[in-house]
Amino acid sequence: MQIPPQLLTQIDEAVSHYPVSKRSASLPLLHLFQEHFGYISDEAIQWIAAKLELQPIAILELVTFYPMFRRSPAGRHHIRICKTLSCALAGAAALKAKLCEATGVADLGHGTNGNAFAVSPDGKFSIESVECLASCGSGPVMMVNDDFYQAVTAEEIPTILSKYQ
Amino acid sequence: MPAPARRIPHPREKRMVFANIDREGYTPDIECYLRNGGYAELKKAVTMEPASIVGEVKASGLRGRGGAGFPCGVKWGFIRPGETKPIYLICNADESEPGTFKDRYIIHQDPHQLLEGMIISCFALNVHLAYLYIRGEFPHGARILEKAIAEAKANNLLGKNILGTGFDLEIYVHRGAGAYICGEETGLIESLEGKRAYPRIKPPYFPAVLGLYQCPTIVNNVETLCHVKHIVRMGGAEYAKLGKPNNTGTRIVGVSGDVMKPGYFEIEVGSITLGELINDLCGGMKPGRTLKAVIPGGSSAKVLRAGERFKIKAKAADGTMVEKEIGVLDIPMDFDTMAACGSMAGSGGVIVMDDSRDMVETLNNLNHFYAHESCGQCTPCREGSLWMRKITDRLLAGGGVGSDPELLASVSNNIAGKTICAFGEACSWPTMSFVAKFKEEFAAKAKKEIPAFTPPEFLSETLIGGGH
Ligand SMILES: Cc1cc2nc3c(=O)[nH]c(=O)nc-3n(C[C@H](O)[C@H](O)[C@H](O)COP(=O)(O)O)c2cc1C
Ligand code: SF4
Ligand code: FES
Repeated sequence: MQIPPQLLTQIDEAVSHYPVSKRSASLPLLHLFQEHFGYISDEAIQWIAAKLELQPIAILELVTFYPMFRRSPAGRHHIRICKTLSCALAGAAALKAKLCEATGVADLGHGTNGNAFAVSPDGKFSIESVECLASCGSGPVMMVNDDFYQAVTAEEIPTILSKYQ
Repeated sequence: MPAPARRIPHPREKRMVFANIDREGYTPDIECYLRNGGYAELKKAVTMEPASIVGEVKASGLRGRGGAGFPCGVKWGFIRPGETKPIYLICNADESEPGTFKDRYIIHQDPHQLLEGMIISCFALNVHLAYLYIRGEFPHGARILEKAIAEAKANNLLGKNILGTGFDLEIYVHRGAGAYICGEETGLIESLEGKRAYPRIKPPYFPAVLGLYQCPTIVNNVETLCHVKHIVRMGGAEYAKLGKPNNTGTRIVGVSGDVMKPGYFEIEVGSITLGELINDLCGGMKPGRTLKAVIPGGSSAKVLRAGERFKIKAKAADGTMVEKEIGVLDIPMDFDTMAACGSMAGSGGVIVMDDSRDMVETLNNLNHFYAHESCGQCTPCREGSLWMRKITDRLLAGGGVGSDPELLASVSNNIAGKTICAFGEACSWPTMSFVAKFKEEFAAKAKKEIPAFTPPEFLSETLIGGGH
């Protein structure tokens, strides 16, 4: 695992935001690692723990608790689609089925409990059902990587997906 | 994020906190904010005694907009004068109660309003280190806030010696990572300390006494903190004239679900009824559809069934209190009446369902949410939320039994009031109210045949992703 200098700078900056307790920097560091490496590896857990002077379990227990962190790589572009009530009323389940069809990602079902996600065979896309994204008045909503899309229709899927190569 | 559709405020709205939301040409940078008179209230506040700012907030009657509706001034009053430990302020920007969508727009479109409210609040409470806890799914929002903080610092509105007053304050953005329970204030504090978001038991862990790093801590919602700015501008007494007694000010309500025009509206608290909200502001139900049910204050609020009647106490013309009977659509959108009707105004998220909706499916969706989001510390909540999900799962799949509605009621009754945090109530109220108010639908579903047996299929992908 290579930690580039730029990432190190970001890490030190993040730690400096918590003058009272370094442990508070755990989530920010996990975010930085996941953004850089795509997922949280054992090595990452050990590195973060050492950096913050914690036992590795103190980091692992966060990775297993917080739904956004993953232990294995997602697709190159990770899609999160909201499945909670307002979006469900706005047709989220049908939209997810269409998205799965368009990307070749296996549909794990709208009701998927837990945070299982599936990756397309070419590794380009992965899709995960998530809980309410706080845009319930303009459902169905989804995110592709960090980008947010609202009131998405089936017709828009090809245009949206074509932005991600 | 593509720009959200610009929406023109409805004439019945009173826009204060949302004054700049969707305004043509309004941008989130500090130049735009300053051009529009921004930070004038901070400049005013630093000339006031901190205690008198707290006094104004008390006088305003402002109640928290995060869900519980607790009076903000009273909460602030818990900080002891002459406190020797550091005091912290945390802005709760976790916005994750299903049906709630308001803080998102403040964060993305008017971040300096929030910062100004926070800086004034920190000045009033003698806070020198504050955090803005934002949900992980708002990555752009986090960047916008970080930029706003840098701009405020560059303008001496934040950082060392703010506006030459000798007051120092640092605010940092802290991102969550997808767990709903981080919205609960003590769970949030644990999360900010770098731990699992396991809520703490109250007492003794009232944040204002033993909060972040075991120090006195004030946790307030984004919208609540924005109101502080307007209270400083208007004065507490003037602010209290908005809305109704004990339900003062304006608040943002968000309507989603089966209405013609879902959206967000800032209204004087209690100035419009649920019926006006649905029929006038949201353009009514879809053609040929009628109202079946409304969840009035975020998914945890008890559902209201169309046609229900409530007896409430109201003031008659001569000032005496009389009992009055009202229907669902007559309920004014305020804290106290909504509570008197057996539900809550909560976070202002209104979810509307029409007659095409299956109430078992609706509840099942929420049960999935709560089963997934329980932090797992308390047995009644961890197991109960999962049982409720499994029972509605089987009612839908076929194979439910006649006693399932009672079983659902019994499970939910054994969670509320028996847990560490209010998630216990939040997860049991939907089941309690849906089963009680739509008995016949649950009973009918329980008769659905068991489906024919099919061998299970396991996709290798289902095993990926940690499966927590
Ligand atoms: C399960 C649960 C989830 C909550 N989620 C949120 C939330 O997402 N945002 C929020 O501001 N308050 C949330 N709250 C309320 C907070 O605990 C707290 O009361 C609030 O942030 C206080 O701010 P206020 O007084 O300004 O409303 C939640 C409470 C519970 C029990
Ligand atoms: S009530 Fe539920 S969410 Fe709250 S502490 Fe207990 S298990 Fe966790
Ligand atoms: S239910 Fe999908 S954003 Fe809230």
